[in-house]
Amino acid sequence: MGLAKRIIPCLDIDKGRVVKGVKFLEMRDAGDPVEIARRYDQQGADELVFLDITASSEDRGTLMDVVEKVAGEVFIPLTVGGGVRALPDVRRLLQAGADKVSINTAAIANPEFVAEAAYRYGSQCIVVAIDVKNVAKKNEDPYWEIFTHGGRKSTGIEAIGWAQKLVSLGAGEVLLTSMDRDGTKSGFDIKVTRAVSNAVSVPVIASGGVGTLDDLYDGLAAGGADAVLASSIFHFGTYTIQQAKNYLAGRGVAVRDATYR
Amino acid sequence: MATVGIIDYGMGNLHSIAKALRYVASDEQIEVSFDPDTLAGMDRLVLPGVGAIGHCMEELHRLELDDMLREQIGVKPLMGVCLGIEALMTHSEESGGVDCLGAFPGNTVHFAKPEVNTDGTRRKIPHMGWNQVRQERHHPLWKDIAPESWFYFVHSYHVVPQDRQHIAGTTDYGERFASVILRDNVFAVQFHPEKSQSAGLQMLANFLEWNGNA
Repeated sequence: MGLAKRIIPCLDIDKGRVVKGVKFLEMRDAGDPVEIARRYDQQGADELVFLDITASSEDRGTLMDVVEKVAGEVFIPLTVGGGVRALPDVRRLLQAGADKVSINTAAIANPEFVAEAAYRYGSQCIVVAIDVKNVAKKNEDPYWEIFTHGGRKSTGIEAIGWAQKLVSLGAGEVLLTSMDRDGTKSGFDIKVTRAVSNAVSVPVIASGGVGTLDDLYDGLAAGGADAVLASSIFHFGTYTIQQAKNYLAGRGVAVRDATYR
Repeated sequence: MATVGIIDYGMGNLHSIAKALRYVASDEQIEVSFDPDTLAGMDRLVLPGVGAIGHCMEELHRLELDDMLREQIGVKPLMGVCLGIEALMTHSEESGGVDCLGAFPGNTVHFAKPEVNTDGTRRKIPHMGWNQVRQERHHPLWKDIAPESWFYFVHSYHVVPQDRQHIAGTTDYGERFASVILRDNVFAVQFHPEKSQSAGLQMLANFLEWNGNA
């Protein structure tokens, strides 16, 4: 059958709790991260991503506790991101039990950081998260730029070339989020997913906009993503991971059918 | 109390494998160490690792762990994981060509080019994610693991054992490669059992129970 496409629930963590907002606004509490991680693991999640969106640095310690607890009982790959700015951040997260760390804003200020982290800890544990927006005018060909601050701040950097650059520096995977779609439940931006997936040699995780199981299929089939990331549809019980996998398998997508202890 | 030594030579994340072994261990004591004498005194050994083989062999040599391993191979049960499987071969073409520990005659090679799947899509390297392992022979290490179970992989190179009898599991990624190898009391896996949920934990439990007979 070959390599399976991965279904990855994403947990946005604020002060040790899972939250979910629409375009980074209107945060809603979605529960205890350890409990949610355990549930997704039992449902057959292929990986878990934790993104720390805690604003103040003194509350960030709670994330380490969360990662440590989850890593002690959930034995699937864990990616942790949010505020990863220097090598000691990478080391601390790996020591807490993360398998991969996700680097976002710090790569924009200093792309060499990606190279240093990949050299020290290996490309397999360095994910680069890129947040993109289509800045083309209506009726023009799409043109995506890298945005920061939850999609509010433009960097002027062209997205496809940026993804290629970070991969050439040693990133082992690309987490691609469309800020036009994030939290909208209107489906992935298929065009940018396909463009990045074709442009880089490493796996691409599509993110931003999942509202239905059909959206997951489109991201993998039309978008060519290796994995899909979603949060709302799983957190609020719209679908289970198992339902998502059954649906995808029914449409001919290779997925891991997990058997549970 | 039986003891398991995880060989710590500074290559990558040993916390995951230690956590998973502690999770499945009943009586065993799990120890992470870089000291050859401590490790030589353990009942079984685990050689994990991620990264590049050149640096791996340099570090094993610098810490005098390569000699310890050569002495212990064949003496007590040993499990190699990911980079560990590569280190157990005779030679690797990675890092410009590196001589390895030689427990299994054969080489480590990069996935063949072109990196395109039969359906025209791009075959991504590294091979990252969940893939199935076909059990090529009966063995206590496969106890209670369903045929074609899924395991989590992350690698760009794979091993090619000279002796087909050493191949205990295979996986498809554009080509069929050896993902589990086994001889005497040494076994090694290309995937990460510590990240492969129930199938992986079962394999770790099987390793702890294995008497070391092929």
